[in-house]
Amino acid sequence: MKKIKKGIPLIDQHNKNGFWGKFGGNFIPETLKKPVEDLTILFKKLRNDKKFIQERDYYFENWVGAPTSFIKLENLTNYLNGAQIWTKVVSEANGGAHKIYNATVHSLIAKRAGKKYIVGDTGAGYAGKMLSMAAKKFGLKCKIFMGAKDIKRQKPNCDAMRANGAEIVPVYTGSQTLVDAVSECMRYWVSNCDTTHMCVGSTVGPNIFVKICGWSTSQISKELFIQMQEEFGKIPKKLILINCVGGGSSSFGFWNEFMHYDKKQVMFIGVEAGGPKKSKRHAAPLTYGSKIGILHGAAQYVNQNTEGQIEETESISAGLDYPGVSPLHCFLKDAKRAKYTAASDEEALSAYQLVTKLENLNPSLEPSHAFAEAIKIAPKLSKDTIICVNSCGDALKDRDILRQKLGKYK
Amino acid sequence: MISSQINLAFNKCKKEKRPALLTYTVAGDNTKKKSLEILNSISNHADICEIGFPHNTPIADGGQIQTSSYRAIKNGIKMKDIFQIVKTFKKNKKTKPVILMGYYNMIFQYGENKFIKKCKQVGVNGIIVVDLPWPENKLFAKKCKKNSINFIQLLSPTTSKPRMKKIIRDSHDMIYLISMLSTTGGKLKVSPKKILENYNKIKKINKSKNLVIGFGITSKNISSFKKADGCVVGSEICKKISNSIEKRQNPVKNVNYMVKNLRRKLL
Ligand SMILES: Cc1ncc(COP(=O)(O)O)c(C=O)c1O
Repeated sequence: MKKIKKGIPLIDQHNKNGFWGKFGGNFIPETLKKPVEDLTILFKKLRNDKKFIQERDYYFENWVGAPTSFIKLENLTNYLNGAQIWTKVVSEANGGAHKIYNATVHSLIAKRAGKKYIVGDTGAGYAGKMLSMAAKKFGLKCKIFMGAKDIKRQKPNCDAMRANGAEIVPVYTGSQTLVDAVSECMRYWVSNCDTTHMCVGSTVGPNIFVKICGWSTSQISKELFIQMQEEFGKIPKKLILINCVGGGSSSFGFWNEFMHYDKKQVMFIGVEAGGPKKSKRHAAPLTYGSKIGILHGAAQYVNQNTEGQIEETESISAGLDYPGVSPLHCFLKDAKRAKYTAASDEEALSAYQLVTKLENLNPSLEPSHAFAEAIKIAPKLSKDTIICVNSCGDALKDRDILRQKLGKYK
Repeated sequence: MISSQINLAFNKCKKEKRPALLTYTVAGDNTKKKSLEILNSISNHADICEIGFPHNTPIADGGQIQTSSYRAIKNGIKMKDIFQIVKTFKKNKKTKPVILMGYYNMIFQYGENKFIKKCKQVGVNGIIVVDLPWPENKLFAKKCKKNSINFIQLLSPTTSKPRMKKIIRDSHDMIYLISMLSTTGGKLKVSPKKILENYNKIKKINKSKNLVIGFGITSKNISSFKKADGCVVGSEICKKISNSIEKRQNPVKNVNYMVKNLRRKLL
């Protein structure tokens, strides 16, 4: 079993070929070797460049809106009558989700690299929306690849992308969801890597994209770490950080600052998308023991058949509807630092209903999966246990699905 | 040392003062039987046959090859069928080199060693793995060589000269030059002259390696590459198969005609 090293960020705990244990690496066509290497060198330079860090922090504070608030959900806590339920309202960030951190950093890098064009993938549409916002802000031309099925089910975010002047390229292959969007985006980059910067929307893809994304979303736990100390005077003795896991960028960012704590003190629970109760399909490779395979340039646990064909997924949540998962999470699972479980479509929906009934909060279907787990375990836990859920997205984008499933939206 | 079938094929073409013609078709497109028939017929004109083992998440293939791959997968093609196709093909065409081409996950799931062993058994002469670049491919390439299978390294317009030298040093009999920044099947967006400049640069590093050019090569432009050791045509053939199916025509006949014509254009 691989151990997590202390004193080194997890994103840097890979070998020279880019592997965290058995996971990650760079399974890429020859054409992308050079652009990936260039990006790797540039990122290494920039993360040690004071001016770049200042710039990032400036935009995080003044444009993204850092810090997002950390609040107690009193009514939900009382209702569940067990552990205290807190939440970090990351959906307050400009644009309505954590995807803004990665999008901002990638756009700043693209500027430094002298690129005029930026492309990205999106599932829920948040990664696309945020990239379109950042591209507009920093004067880059933007193209977003999105599965045709997702374009239909996440219309509000598509409207936002178009309003920001981005072009949405619909992807009709395969299941017409996130996995196909990422593939098509990578193919586009193969053909245009000389002029175009690529942003991968989560902690997936070739090694460097995992690193940049994880580095960017870590802003969430940096804020939380300070907020917890302000609130409790210290890091609580029994803390559980619950986050949904699609590609794994919000969860990694939510946990990173707490990585070195003993898991008995700070426990991480990642909640994957279990799909409809009645369906065999799911988007939970960690929970259901999928085998290691290669997807989008990296080795990871991934839903696939015995031949190595990637399997179609099913989830009510477009953001979690992905057959693979970040190599960082595969590593955290194997190192037993984090636990992974799944919530079904139905569980996520009822969690959404309960949270919105009791609280002034409107978590999208992705974090509703995380709330489902919190609701499940809180009643069994002591009152001095602090559960914190990352409410990493706003449900406005899910308006149509929620209306259809619940008969109303808000 | 006995020369590989791949080397022999190139030598024969050099004697005839023409580039080798390499075709790419997807195993199982559109059925097992038809893809074998296509192979049998085009191998009368092609010098080396590349056979794709299709993957459903290909990150370097354009629309035409994707369509062929998805069609083959939908029609149920499995790794064992692909090996069977090669085995049957090699029975009639003992000396025609076959190169398998695909994505690493398929090999990884099959098991590297088992995959190479099976390749050797059925008569595969070379392997191209699109997403296993150098130096990550060193170990796999060595295993191939040990089993007298050519591992074919790829070079691209983005490959730097120092990197090129190292890759060439680790290469076997044949090297594949990607003509331009593109997935397969893209329109040739750089001039043949530019591509040949890059080609010559590589040949200067090592004359003895057989260097083929691929990506974007079609009946329209193939005659511009007569100086190369070999030319690969894939997407145009896949597209022809798609069109034939659409028009309810016989793909075998249509593709055969196309490849015959390609060969003529190289003379
Ligand atoms: C609000 C929200 N949460 C979670 C996710 C899942 O991605 P990740 O696991 O990378 O955070 C998405 C992805 O689109 C999202 O939009």
